[in-house]
Amino acid sequence: MSVQPLVEQLKGGLDAPICLTWELTYACNLQCVHCLSSSGQRDPRELSTAEAKHVLDELRDLQVFYINIGGGEPMVRRDFFDLVEYSVGNGIGVKFSTNGAFIDNDKARRLASMDYLDIQISLDGVDEATNDAVRGAGSYRMARTAMDELASAGFGPFKISVVVTRHNVAQLDEFKALADSYGAQLRVTRLRPAGRGADSWHELHPTLGQQRQIYDWLMANGENVLTGDSFFHLNALGDPLPGLNMCGAGRVVCLIDPIGDVYACPFVIHDEFRAGNVRDEGGFAKVWKESDLFRSLREPQSAGACASCGSYDACQGGCMAAKFFTGLPLDGPDPECVGGEGEHALQSVVPGSAPKPAMDHTKPVRLVRKPVSTS
Amino acid sequence: MTVALDSSLELHPQVAVRPEPFGALAYHYGNRRLIFLKHPDVVSVVKNLDQHATLADTLHACGVDPDRWSSFVSALSSLESSEIVRERATTR
Repeated sequence: MSVQPLVEQLKGGLDAPICLTWELTYACNLQCVHCLSSSGQRDPRELSTAEAKHVLDELRDLQVFYINIGGGEPMVRRDFFDLVEYSVGNGIGVKFSTNGAFIDNDKARRLASMDYLDIQISLDGVDEATNDAVRGAGSYRMARTAMDELASAGFGPFKISVVVTRHNVAQLDEFKALADSYGAQLRVTRLRPAGRGADSWHELHPTLGQQRQIYDWLMANGENVLTGDSFFHLNALGDPLPGLNMCGAGRVVCLIDPIGDVYACPFVIHDEFRAGNVRDEGGFAKVWKESDLFRSLREPQSAGACASCGSYDACQGGCMAAKFFTGLPLDGPDPECVGGEGEHALQSVVPGSAPKPAMDHTKPVRLVRKPVSTS
Repeated sequence: MTVALDSSLELHPQVAVRPEPFGALAYHYGNRRLIFLKHPDVVSVVKNLDQHATLADTLHACGVDPDRWSSFVSALSSLESSEIVRERATTR
């Protein structure tokens, strides 16, 4: 019945985001090599509890249905439960991502008692060696313990969230079996060269041959596996994957970072994609509705070098962030273009010329071990 | 399943509807489904279901041309299977 296909209308932007990611803190107990936000240490400018609640008031008024909370490790924040309860109490559902370190028996029960709350436990390998190589020593045990706690507290179907790398592509069936064993839902997403991932991407991203393997697996597993619509660059291989299959940055998606900066998506923490700050006059709503950056992202995008490729309608040129942080032009092929154009284009990128992520909260390496501070 | 024109429907109480340029977004807090209501007429029908005895009455009251009723029946049927709308309880 619509005059224009829905996807075309969505490209023009929505009155409020559908998928808003809010990273509550840059502090993290882990130092994953592919961390999108280069997290580790808390930033002194992070939003206070009162400021965070004010943002939630705004999101309620905009009728944002749910938010995706991440970090850093969001449960590090001492007001974590306060903010989650405030959000849910205002009709904003919460989906939060965690490494599971702080989910003990008590917390699992508390989480299980809340409505409109979804939990994603990050896991990047079905065995300790594969996972810990990316997420750090002890992180596999941590995640599995949290899953056990949630299961025994009767949380219900939590999510297991996997970033697909060349080292775990072969484990997709095992991830699915693990999720099934918990009655959990599997979520697999694409590795982006953002944050510390900009440095590790070249060693971790799936090979061209593995891209086909991922596509076939996703087609076979259909709607039973969540993907955050992140693999639309694979659509050039055949029938489209489930989902909207478009880049939602600034149109239906955005990121609020721990210091209140608003970016077009969670994978582009860089000045070029910073639309404003929730502390600015007019708050988040004004940034979403009026920022020059978001307005320009809602304009029709040029296919550029991909215009002559017959697959452009299917893959949409891929992911903006993946191109940006590998030094490729935004109006050209994705670095993981299944036609091989990305690999070709990467060869002409001058080493060291790709843009660097805006901020780095990685913990400094300590040569002398200090007592752990709780401040 | 197809909803009947004489069925009494209502918006599911766990569903929020947010207006958008193309129509509206409907979100079900229980099953977490996000549904696009792709035409303003569908939005007004969905929002007015509980004001009228039957679906046919609602379509009539919203000024939907009878030629289009069959497409509304299929739209509402799909919304019922996603639990965005549901049969109204009759006992009251």
